[in-house]
Amino acid sequence: MRRCLLVAVLALLVIISAQTFGKVKIVYWQYYFEAKVKAIDELIQEFQKLYPDIEVEHVTFPYEAFNEKVAASIPAGTGPDVVNLYYGWIPKYVTSGYLQPLPENEFSDEYFANNFFPFVAKGVEFLGKRYAVPIAVRSLALFWNKDLFKAAGLDPEKPPRTLQELVEVAKKLTKYDKQGNIVQAGLATQPSGQGHHWIREVLTRQFGGKPYSDDYTKVLYHNVPEALKFYTDLITVHKVGYPGFMNDDITAFTSMSAAMNIDGSFRIAALKKAGLNFGVAELPEHNGIKSNFASFWANAITKNATGQKLDAAIKFIKFLSSDKVMEVWLEKVGELPANPAVAQKYYNDPIYGPFLKGLEYAHATFFVDETAQRKVMMDAVDKVWLKGISPDRAFREAAEEEQKILDNFWKSVGK
Amino acid sequence: MKLRHKKVLTAYLFLSIPLFFFVFIRFYPMMYSFYISFTDWNIISPIKKFVGFSNYIKIFQDPVFKISLFNTLKYVLLGVPSVIALSLCLALLLNNITKFQSLYRLVYVMPYITPLVATSWVWRWMYQRPPTGVINNFLNMLGLPTRNFLLSTSEALPSIVATTVWVELGYCIVIFLAGLQNIPKEYLEAAKVDGANRTQLLFKITIPLLNPVIVFLSVMETIIFLRIFTQVYNMTDQGAGGPLNSTKPLVLYIYQKAFKSFDMGTAAAATVVLFLIILTITVIQLKVLNRKVQY
Repeated sequence: MRRCLLVAVLALLVIISAQTFGKVKIVYWQYYFEAKVKAIDELIQEFQKLYPDIEVEHVTFPYEAFNEKVAASIPAGTGPDVVNLYYGWIPKYVTSGYLQPLPENEFSDEYFANNFFPFVAKGVEFLGKRYAVPIAVRSLALFWNKDLFKAAGLDPEKPPRTLQELVEVAKKLTKYDKQGNIVQAGLATQPSGQGHHWIREVLTRQFGGKPYSDDYTKVLYHNVPEALKFYTDLITVHKVGYPGFMNDDITAFTSMSAAMNIDGSFRIAALKKAGLNFGVAELPEHNGIKSNFASFWANAITKNATGQKLDAAIKFIKFLSSDKVMEVWLEKVGELPANPAVAQKYYNDPIYGPFLKGLEYAHATFFVDETAQRKVMMDAVDKVWLKGISPDRAFREAAEEEQKILDNFWKSVGK
Repeated sequence: MKLRHKKVLTAYLFLSIPLFFFVFIRFYPMMYSFYISFTDWNIISPIKKFVGFSNYIKIFQDPVFKISLFNTLKYVLLGVPSVIALSLCLALLLNNITKFQSLYRLVYVMPYITPLVATSWVWRWMYQRPPTGVINNFLNMLGLPTRNFLLSTSEALPSIVATTVWVELGYCIVIFLAGLQNIPKEYLEAAKVDGANRTQLLFKITIPLLNPVIVFLSVMETIIFLRIFTQVYNMTDQGAGGPLNSTKPLVLYIYQKAFKSFDMGTAAAATVVLFLIILTITVIQLKVLNRKVQY
């Protein structure tokens, strides 16, 4: 009897292990964001149905611990095969010897051209090689509060289309108290929010310049000080808002203390939840020039994945960047599809449409240290409105400082 | 084994637990950061290349490091005397009352036991400009002009100091009260008999006898202000220590270098500098302030 039981148990073990070992197992890491985690869990189920011989283990951890967690996993040899990371971190992960370039036969120029908006290919490239593919992307747009437009006697369905209109409308929407303090901002101006992207990638181009040289080794935005001047004039001349009004732009807009704001597609869900009567428009154009800033998280393959695992990882990230997944992602997570063909289906959506149209002409800045580079722009604005320094000089000093950050980076990677 | 030996052994056994803690949780990371300060580690790279003193040269050439260092000193010089003087005054007043003393003490201790992040955010909102800032609304009500507080390069640091003083008062008052209650009544009574007035009592008896408490508190508070971080991180835009670095202390500089720019080598070098500063100041304070008072 005992022998029979032993044989049965052994047989069972053999069956289980045969099943397990016959499969290729890959590990996928991303930070914890409920909607994303749920979506990925469901997508993994679907992927495993498509490829029954591949098993994907999904590991999540808090966003704050991202780099520490990944760093600790390398010497321990327990890292992921596929990792979801911010496109701006690619250089650091590549120079630290963590990622492998995407195989060119699987991820050709044609594959990128057919599947993604043009800024994606550039955003995932480092020293001539591409390292990751996104599921979804984010861009900027102008949010406006329809109720406050009505209260100011403006047409709530007509957002400003150009920078001139933006200034005029913002002035009409701004309210002051007896001492001249702003109590309702026409336009929230917060360089520490999305403002620094607007100055760098949008205003600079609209005033006829370029933020950086094509290979991102030289800062060029100081050649068009008009870009910074336009932004700081909103604060010092037109007085339609200032950094820190109601603490920040998001609080100001959500609490109906700011009538307009420039913010990202990732804010949609929160604003809907707040029950705000808002509209979304493409960023105002100037001199006929449209521009936008896009950013994204992307899936990259680490050096852990070799042989069969590499094949499985390639299949998995291609699956995650497929049309169908992008549609699921928009529905479940609310992030924009990275593929123009998918995006076009939603062009008429009043909320997503303006963001998606913005992607056509968007740029994904190549950041080497986003926090430091953002601070440079915050400081430039502060110098003008707090210290009375001319936008011209403030922009030049910002460029000098940012150039140092870029130089240090390129020196460290030996270029 | 004799009972006495057994007792000593047991004591050592129990003492070895905190010793273990100190060695592995405190000293080991400390020594390790000395080592990191001589490398170019970027937190995720498996390689830590030895770069000699170049991180130290780098930070001393960095204007932001100098500003942070200077700001840190400002925090100490503004904060420590204010908190010591204010808490001493309040403790003396509290020591004089008999009714509701514990209630008052509780009121003063409350800010100290409130989580600092919460306190910082409440003050951040109180410092806002109109229409939300309570302090500015009050000033406007009195017909006084609006102040920028945290949005101004000159007012932001003192504003943060004020919040910190308000928090630290609770702790210092309790310690001062304990010190005051330890002063033998006989000394004060004898002096009164000899015809000493209240000022003389305070400056000739009470304060000299409180010296050990003053030394202890000034050492503790100096370290607290030297290590200031949470308030600044929570009270400035994006925790950046702005506007224009005007509130950035050394610890925030270290944090940004380490966990935002991932430049662990520079961050460790700045940590070593901060360590040396704290060590030097503490030694000096203990030497200068710790005079024995005897009657």
